Amino acid sequence: MKPNAGVQKSFGSDLKHGLHSAGLIFKKDLQVEFRTRYALGSVSLFSLTTVVAVSGALSSQNLHSDVKAALLWVVLLFAAMSGLARVFVREVESGTSDALKLYAPAASVYAGKLLFNLALVAAVELITVPLYLIVLPPQVIHPGLLIAVLALGGLGLSSAATFVAALIAQAKSGKSALFFTVAFPVLMPLLLVAVKSTVGAFDLVPTHESQAVSGMYVLACYSVVTTTAALLLFEYVWRD
Amino acid sequence: MYGVIKLLKLLLLPFVSATIVGGFLWLPPALNFRSPDLARIVVFHVPCSIVAMIASAVATWHAIRYLWKRSLIDDIKAQGSFTFALLLWVLTTVTGAVFARSQWGAYWSWDIKQAAILILLMIFAAYFALRAAMDDERKRATLGSVYILFALIAVPYLTLALPNSTNDTLHPKGTLTTKEGLDPRYAIVLWAGVVALTAVYAWAASLSGSIGALEFARRQRMGSIMAQSSTVTIVEKVH
Repeated sequence: MKPNAGVQKSFGSDLKHGLHSAGLIFKKDLQVEFRTRYALGSVSLFSLTTVVAVSGALSSQNLHSDVKAALLWVVLLFAAMSGLARVFVREVESGTSDALKLYAPAASVYAGKLLFNLALVAAVELITVPLYLIVLPPQVIHPGLLIAVLALGGLGLSSAATFVAALIAQAKSGKSALFFTVAFPVLMPLLLVAVKSTVGAFDLVPTHESQAVSGMYVLACYSVVTTTAALLLFEYVWRD
Repeated sequence: MYGVIKLLKLLLLPFVSATIVGGFLWLPPALNFRSPDLARIVVFHVPCSIVAMIASAVATWHAIRYLWKRSLIDDIKAQGSFTFALLLWVLTTVTGAVFARSQWGAYWSWDIKQAAILILLMIFAAYFALRAAMDDERKRATLGSVYILFALIAVPYLTLALPNSTNDTLHPKGTLTTKEGLDPRYAIVLWAGVVALTAVYAWAASLSGSIGALEFARRQRMGSIMAQSSTVTIVEKVH
């Protein structure tokens, strides 16, 4: 008799089960986070101090919109990166990753962690961007364009960073330095396009605006490709 | 078969020499460039980048094979090809910068291809940082292969899609694909260079693969000897 003869699972029930586990992992991570507020506290303090430092140093200057866009993304990137690796590093350091391996399919673990990191990036953006726009106001703001860039850029940022976090969590020591070393090159194309698109949201030059719109497609493609590749490859990272 | 390969290896030295000598002496100066003599660098610059693409494709294949068959030899081969690809991309960047100094006036001017290759070099370098941080052999191999597959999605994008997406570039376009792009003698030396460099790469990669296989076999032998001796001591202690 075949070992799994009685268990005939359909693709639909597999998907439902996977999504359910992803939701549970997301909920669990949120609970753990609200117990200590470690990631949220560090990233919000980080973005607060950087925005204050940047505006304090540059408030007397009349900055071009491309400088403002680049500074905004540098602040966002560093603030987010300081918290994004926690999801996997915490599991490995507290020894809970083996239990997680037993209870949930690999793709669900990635999806759950991605959801948590998305929430974290959204929180970083909600704290940083309004503050930044108050202390360093650009000439104009196209709100729709800016929100779209922040959403798509944040999506790509968290999907690539979550995958890299899973890779570096296996390292023996120096995890946070390694996270920056490996994630920055992978995120560089995204960052360059995001800055270019943000310039379009900060001024009135029509070519910048069309550039921003075409940058949107690149950002969307980046998110789709990294998320798909991560879902396919995560099995190998997680099971070994 | 073995004799043929040996003959090819012997022929490689005169072939590579002929390509280099041809590049320096046989080619006429390209008069439509600012320094016509230095324009010969194109027959070294372009082959480097083409063979780097071949080497990273081979590395990808070995990475897939490692995740599929789980044989550490494949990881050793993937690492060898990846190292070779990084070396060739550094050479592409350097030869390009040397020519850019005379043609565009600066070693670095953030042309779209320069920006793309800089990102590429960083992505490649991160692979070695990731490997160095893993202490377990299997883990290093698995995560290295996964990283190659994850990061190399960016290679066709950075080398083909991004530079061709805009006309805002200082690089000449269509020199390789159109007939009037290059003097036919340039095309001959350039493609001969691609063949020669591919052969050198294939030889070096197979040598590094053999060295890796020998080291792997030696480590395994040492491991089994260690395991035996420790079993003996345990048995002695029990008695």
